Amino acid sequence: MSGDLGLWTVPLAMIGGAIRVSTPFLFVSLGETITERSGRINLGLEGTLVLGAMAAYGTAVLTGSPWAGVAVAGLAGGVLGLLHGFVCSFPRVNDVAIGIALMLFGTGLAFFFGKPFIQPSAPPLPAIPFGAWSDLPQVQAALRVNVLFLAGAALSVALWWGLRNTRAGLVLRVVGDSADAARALGYDVDRVRLVATGAGGVLAGIGGAYLSLYYPGSWNEGISSGQGLMAVALVIFARWNPLACFGAALLFGGAGALGPALQSVGVSQGYYLFYAAPYVLTLALLIATSSPDRALAGAPGELSLSK
Amino acid sequence: MDATPSAIGVETIGMTKRFGAFAALDDVSMRIEAGGFHALLGENGAGKSTFVKCVMGFYAPTAGSVLVDGREAEITNPKGAQARGLGMVYQHFTLVPSLTGAENLVISRADAPAILDWKAERAALAAFMAGMPFRLNLDRPVAELAAGEKQKLEIVKQLYLKARFLILDEPTSVLTPDEAEEVLGLLRAMTDRGVLTVLMISHKFREVETFARSLSVLRRGRLVGGGAVGDLSRDDMAAMMIGERIVRPVAARVGEPDAAREILRIEGLDATDASGLRRIAITDLRVRAREIVGIAGVSGNGQKELADVLGGQIRAAGGRVAVAGAPYTGRRAQSRARRVRFIPEEPLRNACAPRMSVAENLAFRAFDRRDEDPSGPPTLWLDRRAMSRRAKDLIARFKVKTASSEAPIATLSGGNVQRAVLARELTDPVDLLIVVNPCFGLDFAAVSEIRTRIVAARNAGTAVLLISEDLDEILELSDRIVVMSDGRLVYETPAATAEIGTIGRHMAGHH
Repeated sequence: MSGDLGLWTVPLAMIGGAIRVSTPFLFVSLGETITERSGRINLGLEGTLVLGAMAAYGTAVLTGSPWAGVAVAGLAGGVLGLLHGFVCSFPRVNDVAIGIALMLFGTGLAFFFGKPFIQPSAPPLPAIPFGAWSDLPQVQAALRVNVLFLAGAALSVALWWGLRNTRAGLVLRVVGDSADAARALGYDVDRVRLVATGAGGVLAGIGGAYLSLYYPGSWNEGISSGQGLMAVALVIFARWNPLACFGAALLFGGAGALGPALQSVGVSQGYYLFYAAPYVLTLALLIATSSPDRALAGAPGELSLSK
Repeated sequence: MDATPSAIGVETIGMTKRFGAFAALDDVSMRIEAGGFHALLGENGAGKSTFVKCVMGFYAPTAGSVLVDGREAEITNPKGAQARGLGMVYQHFTLVPSLTGAENLVISRADAPAILDWKAERAALAAFMAGMPFRLNLDRPVAELAAGEKQKLEIVKQLYLKARFLILDEPTSVLTPDEAEEVLGLLRAMTDRGVLTVLMISHKFREVETFARSLSVLRRGRLVGGGAVGDLSRDDMAAMMIGERIVRPVAARVGEPDAAREILRIEGLDATDASGLRRIAITDLRVRAREIVGIAGVSGNGQKELADVLGGQIRAAGGRVAVAGAPYTGRRAQSRARRVRFIPEEPLRNACAPRMSVAENLAFRAFDRRDEDPSGPPTLWLDRRAMSRRAKDLIARFKVKTASSEAPIATLSGGNVQRAVLARELTDPVDLLIVVNPCFGLDFAAVSEIRTRIVAARNAGTAVLLISEDLDEILELSDRIVVMSDGRLVYETPAATAEIGTIGRHMAGHH
């Protein structure tokens, strides 16, 4: 069958891959955008992602409902996020160090509780077959879009709108850009950051649910392979803009699908190099968007990495 | 703005503020009429900022009280001041950079709604701006605005928050002359209409004469004079600001500048600081051997940027810095080869590693050279013994008071940190010495000793570029004085024939 399409399989598989692979990137990067817009960086979202994946899978196995899994994943992520926000509200606590500690804590916790769930299989999240009009199985496969992807797309638009059209959005930006200005306006900087970190954790947890309940759709200890960390880099590349996060997540997802797509058309040599495409892309983007003379454009002024 | 608000008057009685034993403000009673445009003059550190901060409730005054519209007002914080109709525009901007002008205005309001109806807000803002003296684009992020626009937006924000008494802290320091004219002219018109009272801190006589109606002068925390603007000449104002100066005897100079040996040469230098706001453009500056060139100027006129370029902290956009005829960008190898030494301001922060020991800090110039000799060959291993021996020798020679050579340098007093830095920078032969505010915050003994060391280096043939905000220091040490204003060198005079009034006027921006 793939012979009919020839090399067209590669772009098609990449589009499909972009939609399939991008969802965790999207949720984690939206969560991290909220957190970083408040002036804090949470590197622990990798751990949150893995814990979310485990919690979702375990809950789905036990209750039979994937949506209950998503809810529990969000809850677990929120707790981890609030923990980060709470610890960081103490003076002279470094958010990057706490983030790394929580990353290890989150993954460790997930491995500890996740052992019994490696074998059983959980009901997957539903997907909508947008490709039903086509006879080609490749097109059908590429256009099977998961509900969480659509939710993430809607969320990025909503966040983009909310950051400029709601009081909460403006307050978040004020806190992230100038803590002094926020205090002068009478806002509690630590509290805003606590809520923002908690919300970021919820989204990262939901991103984890997608991993274990849809794609790849099982629970094991290597499920994330650093996607949570890459999403943090993605936020910088997206300049803290939720809409750009959506685009960047698609780009990363597409890059991640490059290796498998090439393999499927019979490129047998060096396709492992293409498996590294997302990592190379991360590095290349960070170098390309940096400058020795200027401060990072668009960076929230309170962020420790831009100070 | 339906009902036109009316201006309010403010009066202080016996305002005093002490920091420890030091009186930053000493019994200042000042009356600013409703609808007045009052200027507050004074040198750096004269107490102007302390005074307005006491009025705004940032500082609790040690003694004295504030009367708003004739009634005593207990103002304990800036919010309280705002509630009474007092507003202040600071020298540093308080706007949130990533928000647009409109967002900054709306969020500063105490009653901003949960979901912003931008259509309605925009209409309200447009109506408000129609009554404002400035046209501003409120849709761009503040970070993209030029300094002048930001300044206007700060003023507009205070008026949006219904300030009827406006304090401006050197409002034109970041404005071009035309912008300054526009902003102050429009504010003056508002005071004439009786809707606003303005208190403006300024260094610039021309502005004061053109726009203010009355003025007060502070010197060393005391109110030393004032009156209606027309009644005082510039010389009167300058005399009040500067006072009777006791010029200390000039440290003994030996020999004349060596006209044949030009050490530092800056041509067509163009640079901007990291924020992109302050630009310096230096057409021509030369320093010869056995010469001290003093750069005088009011703080924030580009001296820091000049020092940063010479120290290699910011890159020049154009032009040439040459030391002994070859290009110089502040690299370690260059400063070693051409024997350039640099003493930045606040040496503990900018020239030391505060937690490392005195001995280690003293070794920074030569720790990687054989036998601690800057001209020796490079070495991989630190020679701790030589380091400590050299440290003990320098500590004794420069009379650095420290518990031991192994104590962290941060435990030393300011004067002793500066002595240690001088010991490090001046022990080996030096061809060019760049010094920035070397005696800031030091006691008299340390001051005279450090100045003597600088003159001694000059007598030994070093070319010295002295950047200082202390005019006395410039007058005492320099062979030649250059005045820096607004990022440019605007006036030059040999120190022997220097006239303090002329220098002051150039510092204040009249060329």
